[in-house]
Amino acid sequence: MLSRRKALTLAGGGIAAAGAAGAITLVAGGPADSPATASSSPAGALEFYGQHQAGIITPAQDRLHFVAFDVVTDKRDKLVQMLEQWSEAAARMAAGRHAGLRGAVGGQPEAPPDDTGEALGLPPSQLTLTVGFGPSLFAKFGLASQKPAALEDLPHFPGDMIRPEISGGDICVQACSNDPQVAVHAVRNLARIGFGVVSVRYSQLGFGRTSSTTREQVTARNLMGFKDGTANIKAEDTDLLREHVWVPSSEGPQWMVGGTYLVTRRIRMLIETWDRTPLAEQEMIIGRDKGEGAPLGMSKEFDEPDFGSDKIVPEAHIRLAHRSTNNGARMLRRGYNFVDGSDGLGRLDAGLFFIGYQRDPRTAFVPVQRSLAGADVLNEYIRHTSSGLWAVPPGVTGPGDFWGRTLLT
Amino acid sequence: MRRCVVSIALLGLVLGGAAACSKDPAPSTGQQNGPIAVKATDTACEVARGEHPAGTVTFIVKNEGSKVTEFYVYAAGDRVMGEVENITPGLTRELKVELVAGAYETACKPGMVGRGIRGAFKVSGSAQALTGDAKLAAATESYQRYVKSQTDTLLVKTQEFVDAVKAGDIPKAKALFPIARTYWERIEPVAEIFGDLDPKIDGREDEDPFTGFHKLERDLWVDNDVSKSGPMADQLMVDIKEIVQKANSEKLSPLQLANGAKELLDEVATGKITGEEDRYSHTDLWDFIANVQGSQAAVQALRPVLEERSPALVAELDTNFAKVLSTMEKHRAGDGWKLHNELSQADLKELTDVINALGEPVSKVAAVVAG
Repeated sequence: MLSRRKALTLAGGGIAAAGAAGAITLVAGGPADSPATASSSPAGALEFYGQHQAGIITPAQDRLHFVAFDVVTDKRDKLVQMLEQWSEAAARMAAGRHAGLRGAVGGQPEAPPDDTGEALGLPPSQLTLTVGFGPSLFAKFGLASQKPAALEDLPHFPGDMIRPEISGGDICVQACSNDPQVAVHAVRNLARIGFGVVSVRYSQLGFGRTSSTTREQVTARNLMGFKDGTANIKAEDTDLLREHVWVPSSEGPQWMVGGTYLVTRRIRMLIETWDRTPLAEQEMIIGRDKGEGAPLGMSKEFDEPDFGSDKIVPEAHIRLAHRSTNNGARMLRRGYNFVDGSDGLGRLDAGLFFIGYQRDPRTAFVPVQRSLAGADVLNEYIRHTSSGLWAVPPGVTGPGDFWGRTLLT
Repeated sequence: MRRCVVSIALLGLVLGGAAACSKDPAPSTGQQNGPIAVKATDTACEVARGEHPAGTVTFIVKNEGSKVTEFYVYAAGDRVMGEVENITPGLTRELKVELVAGAYETACKPGMVGRGIRGAFKVSGSAQALTGDAKLAAATESYQRYVKSQTDTLLVKTQEFVDAVKAGDIPKAKALFPIARTYWERIEPVAEIFGDLDPKIDGREDEDPFTGFHKLERDLWVDNDVSKSGPMADQLMVDIKEIVQKANSEKLSPLQLANGAKELLDEVATGKITGEEDRYSHTDLWDFIANVQGSQAAVQALRPVLEERSPALVAELDTNFAKVLSTMEKHRAGDGWKLHNELSQADLKELTDVINALGEPVSKVAAVVAG
């Protein structure tokens, strides 16, 4: 295992080389969809720089710390400066290094360290940091004309119990890692850098991935006990990614080319009542068998569901969510299970923090959620309590570039 | 009130750059000015050498006992010169203190309670102190004048408050309570140096015995009865007089000033925004503004040094102090401030944000001062 301290010396060369490669890609304008640069070791480092942001088609890590910020400054240059500092710190942390140049213990004894220190000795753990801009940001700094049409506020869906204080926000950061402390460390240091410019609106920890984003990964289970994300778009599906995830230059706005849109939903599960539901009913509600994850009527997880069969009832979750029901709509999902302790009534405050990346929410998340909210029997067991919509800009291409440069300069 | 004085005392006395990130130096017992090994057990505090030349003294404290321990260096009158706390069994911690010639005491506190196991410690000779720089010396003097002006009024206002309590005039005492505390909260960095007095004057109800401002606050707001509070009020005045006298004979080092400025904001963030400080009267916003003003006074004393060394930091400090003060203006009520429980969650969030924004640049002052 590569320790953070060792990574510090090793990464010096690695980063420079990777930066150069990123620059070449930029000039050539070639596709860089392949996750070939990904370190296959769960403890290893992933490349921060690239045409697209890391943390989207990256093999889903085990842990999440998602945070939404409100911008509290009215000075545009302060925001730009913070995004520059964030990008530098993120590149360092992704490589397993300290958030600041001096680090947790390398600075002056009289000064607070420029890294908070809880990741000392921990390996990079495939940390990725992914930034998105919420619709409310475009009401500030004269950005209204740059607001993408696809960033239209999500409609109210039947059954929504959205709490405003844990919804929306101007800027989000999705931190994913195989070590929860590495993800928390990253968010904590970015929040600290941002004091006076941004203020944390809400945050969410996730402890287990519920989607697989590459064919190599085993499909994980959500807290209902079912495999989740079997039919997900995978990193290997280059054509599908182009069609359903990345914003093409033909679509614009230009600053979003190579970016994508993110929908986040905190979906509380009413675990206790679900657990009292008979197995056959659970399987009927989902439309898959609980053990293998095969569509009902089939035998293997990855078998295509036969929607002509009456084994999959009209209200089954997989039927309502399927692209064939929703005009071909698809998303790249990489959600996480969460348990936020228990509620005041002794029930587990648990569920799924849904994370879905897509080329245009108006033709992906919105129709799919309309279909689900209207008829899904699952609604008896779930409540959507938080909602976020984000424009995720293209990747930071190398040192000197920064998150949101295409929007803000 | 804050009982723990570790950071102000420790950082305040460390000589710039001396500690850096060196590995634990091997404690020696023979060398006359090398690190001094301290073996702390549940029943003993074995300090390898009882004297040292003036300057930076390094103690390497190893807890070989079964209880969590602390290690202190006290000057006369139990003035805390340096402290390491929370040394768990098996752990070795280092303490660096800058000591001028004089008689001191060392103490281990197994279980972190009581007076601890004491030992004599002698420092001889002379060493160049950090205050050698003229501008830094001027900063110290300037802050001393501030302390003098605040403590003069503290004496007057506390006496008025005490008189009202003893006269049984509850409305008047309630009105004077936050006013007297304003002068106290502004100079807390100095007050906290005197370990015993701070909890006597400003301790909370979990303090045993529970005395001082907050006991009287509870009598006034919760019990609505001060008929038996006279002796407690008299004792408060005695303690205030003692601490004022001590504070005015104390010279804070520039680093203590810088750390004091930061810690006043920490006080705001942890004690005042939460409404913990004045939990019966809810007059926390008076203490809030007093802490901010005290922090600003300490930073202003250092301003000539900061302007020379880091003009960008000065600009950032000015902007953020102004932001805190203008945000607080929204919560004025008459000559004073709204009660803590009259503020909404959104108000408190906004105040938290501006204090966090100010806290970051203020936390950088000490390093600039240390150069």
